[in-house]
Amino acid sequence: MYAFQYQRAKTIADAASSLAKSGGKALAGGQSLVGAMKLRLANPGALVDLSGIAELKGIKKEGDAVVIGALTTHAEVASSTLVKQAIPALAALAESIGDRQVRNRGTIGGSIAHNDPAADYPAAVLGLGATVHTNKRKIAADDFFKGMYETALAADEIITAVSFPVPKKAAYVKFPQPASRFALVGVLVAQTGGGVRVAVTARLRTCTARRRWRTRWRRTSLRRPRRR
Amino acid sequence: MGANDLNTIGQSVRRKEDARFLMGAGQFTDDVNPPHHTHAFFVRSPHAHAKIRKIDTTKAKTAPGVLAIYTGADLTGVNGLPCGWLITGTDGQPMKEPPHPVLAQGKVRYVGDGVAVVIAETPDQAKDAAELIEVDYEVLPAVVNPVDALKRGAPQLHEGAPGNKCYTWALGDKAAVDAAFAKAAHVTKLDIVNNRLIPNAIEPRAAVASYSRADDSYTLYVTSQNPHVERLLMTAFVLGLPETKVRVIAPDVGGGFGSKIYLYPEETALVWASKRINRPIKWTAERSESFLADAHGRDHVTHAELALDKEGKFLAMRVHTTAAMGAYLSTFASCIPTILYATLLAGQYTTPAIYCEVTAVFTNTAPVDAYRGAGRPEATYVVERLVHAAGAEMRIAQDEIRRRNFIRTFPYQTPVALLYDTGGYDACLDEAMRIADVKGFAARKADASKRGKLRGLGYASYIEACGIAPSNVAGALGARAGLYEAGEVRVNPTGGVTVFTGSHSHGQGHETTFSQVVASRLGIPIENVEIVHGDTGRIPFGMGTYGSRSLAVGGTAIMKALDKIVAKGKKIAAHLLEAAEADIEFKDGKFTVAGTDRSKAFGEIALAAYVPHNYPLDKLEPGLDETAFYDPTNFTFPAGTHICEVEVDPETGVVKIVNFSACDDFGNIINPMIVEGQVHGGLAQGIGQALLEQCVYDRESGQLLTGSYMDYAMPRADDLPSFKVTTKVTPCTHNPLGAKGCGEAGAIGAPAALMNAVHDALSAAGVKYLDMPATPHRVWEAIQSAKH
Repeated sequence: MYAFQYQRAKTIADAASSLAKSGGKALAGGQSLVGAMKLRLANPGALVDLSGIAELKGIKKEGDAVVIGALTTHAEVASSTLVKQAIPALAALAESIGDRQVRNRGTIGGSIAHNDPAADYPAAVLGLGATVHTNKRKIAADDFFKGMYETALAADEIITAVSFPVPKKAAYVKFPQPASRFALVGVLVAQTGGGVRVAVTARLRTCTARRRWRTRWRRTSLRRPRRR
Repeated sequence: MGANDLNTIGQSVRRKEDARFLMGAGQFTDDVNPPHHTHAFFVRSPHAHAKIRKIDTTKAKTAPGVLAIYTGADLTGVNGLPCGWLITGTDGQPMKEPPHPVLAQGKVRYVGDGVAVVIAETPDQAKDAAELIEVDYEVLPAVVNPVDALKRGAPQLHEGAPGNKCYTWALGDKAAVDAAFAKAAHVTKLDIVNNRLIPNAIEPRAAVASYSRADDSYTLYVTSQNPHVERLLMTAFVLGLPETKVRVIAPDVGGGFGSKIYLYPEETALVWASKRINRPIKWTAERSESFLADAHGRDHVTHAELALDKEGKFLAMRVHTTAAMGAYLSTFASCIPTILYATLLAGQYTTPAIYCEVTAVFTNTAPVDAYRGAGRPEATYVVERLVHAAGAEMRIAQDEIRRRNFIRTFPYQTPVALLYDTGGYDACLDEAMRIADVKGFAARKADASKRGKLRGLGYASYIEACGIAPSNVAGALGARAGLYEAGEVRVNPTGGVTVFTGSHSHGQGHETTFSQVVASRLGIPIENVEIVHGDTGRIPFGMGTYGSRSLAVGGTAIMKALDKIVAKGKKIAAHLLEAAEADIEFKDGKFTVAGTDRSKAFGEIALAAYVPHNYPLDKLEPGLDETAFYDPTNFTFPAGTHICEVEVDPETGVVKIVNFSACDDFGNIINPMIVEGQVHGGLAQGIGQALLEQCVYDRESGQLLTGSYMDYAMPRADDLPSFKVTTKVTPCTHNPLGAKGCGEAGAIGAPAALMNAVHDALSAAGVKYLDMPATPHRVWEAIQSAKH
């Protein structure tokens, strides 16, 4: 890793101002970020650790929606009675992420902010027509994911929660890549109030959507940083 | 506790090693931190093939914390890394041995080839400085496939190896084989790729080198399977140092599987540099470095044919193999696809004529060398895939075609040099079929079919040659080393025993098994036996651990030393008991005058030897400390049958292993639990090769595409079934333990068993042929292709 400054934020406002001042990156579970830093593929300079901020955790029902705090781990979502009752497909998806150790650390906020094309959560957020809440605004799923590893978030914007409207029915099936166990293809289908939504996370080609399709491409090789 | 309780041979005694490993108290090379040590980081080529025009280290040398930076040009007086096995080609010429420099000189030949070493106060400082090194490369075209590398116009790696050829070698009687094929009722032909593998020991390679000005000596901690060999090669052939001035210590080592046998550039550079900066230097590979720079395994392309008569009796076999050596010859690379491969092509069968030709090729990839099985998985795969295909083509049941060809009289001289001492192949086949419930397979297959799935059953009746090796035979075949083993049994005055062995344990459990052997023989508790290995400063010269040789060769050396201990003990006892030496018997830890109850315990004899007051000093030296070197008289031949049952989902191509049964004959077994652990581990690696693992280099650029666990699929627990393993015993006839070795068998039999099962399952879908690994993608594509 390259050297970096580490700060532990106490509140969301504290985190936002630290991020703005340091120009660094927010740290949630670190399951993607720390790995990239170890390979020297990421060099954030400063890490603002969000894990101490209580307001970012927790799962609750608000009207017709299940609201999951950004720093909620995959293990917490997978084992939540509330999620299992209201949106079992979401609990099942969370259970299928990585392995036990990853699920104990990885968070929903971190996953969707990173927007790895082979991740599972973005398909759920898109397929269920969720809303991403940040410290500045609310962003509809359809507007959130911009491109490979790219979202609508501003540099100092922090995801605080994701609210999932409860669908009539939903299911998630993924075909794992045998090595990484990331989704080679992951499909979430939901029967919502507004019709059927299908979200596909996939590895091969990009394709434009008409019916809320979302396909992403992921490079398969790990290249070392440039040498002359 | 009666004396008989001290005989633990055949008991699953819990491993002595495990306490420290489970508590994180082991001492691995990375745990070694000499005072004021520095850290090394290796700068590696990002290109598969390039000339080095210039290396500019000026900025890097002034980076914070940097003590020194060395490139190939700085290593004057340092020779290249040697190869330990000389293969002579069919043209009577020795193989090509192009230079294998410690750091690249003038050219880089694979992605990962070491170009410079940076030594700094901290690992991060070394890495930061490395990024400031500017290397001016002239990129050249690369070739990564061994068949492509032989083609006219392929990029040439070494001036001294025209056409990238290292050697073409052959074994067997070509004329007899051709004649047999001409008369055959049936010929089965296969083209086979044995997929390249990356070893992935859980502990990455590491080294800590320290120099002492006080006596101009060096101490090297290194992850080695064979510290004496490491020392001999480094001092005598590369650095020009006296062996007596270098101590090599391989402490706890976390797995090797062959990858830690070789003399590598990293520890060599560290030893050399440690004198120059006069401070200890430490290096531990990062995992991505292990992917790039550990010796890889396998990488063969083969065309094989089997000739049969109308009853399915094998008449002859001919095999042509192109074997990748990688960019440079690693320590044993040359003998893997020759001596350790072609000589196993008889398998368990009476095939009277065999001919095998092997061309070894340089490619712009990491060096290739032994990896669990080393040549025998490749051989077994060829033989058992041919047998399976022949059985399918001639509609002879898989067990039946094997039975029609099993060797049943021993000793048996194969047409490919080896003399099998003993075996019981029918017994293993029968037992494997029973535990695999072959009888119920048809019903399970029909049931699966109703669910839209394809079931298949595959056999592999394998044999291997281990316990390497008789030195004179090895030498005649080109080995530049002996292959004996050494054992010293030092009895201490208070009756405990320290055993110094040339074998090395990096997961095999020798501290337990060897203790069982010694304790049982001497009639003392296991706790009173200490096994010392891995330190050239303490152990006699041994060749180390690989090729499933430790019990057969290392264990026998210890037995021979024990023979000497007991013989001397009898002399001492005879004196103490005032009897004739010929009348003394040793049993259950007691020296007894035959036919009486007058005896002395082992401990009393030990004390007498070291406090020789009542002692025949005029005839016998004090002390009780004996060493033996044992050179085996033959290889050993573990063998068995593995049966794999798979269920394939034709819609996704996913292959699920429903059952894996193994019946192996390892000769006498000292610790069944340890043997079972070895089999499980070997099966996991064999299944990994067949189903999941593949090292892939990009054909255009030579970049390593499978550079991490994101793309290199390691087998995990949920990829594997609960194995059903059992053993049969036909004791080895030529060592006193009757042991054959068991470490590699799983990796040898599993790939063939699994792929035969997959072929059996897919035959219904019209798929004739599939190479390893049987990933969902490949299986699915094969099914689709067969439809059109």
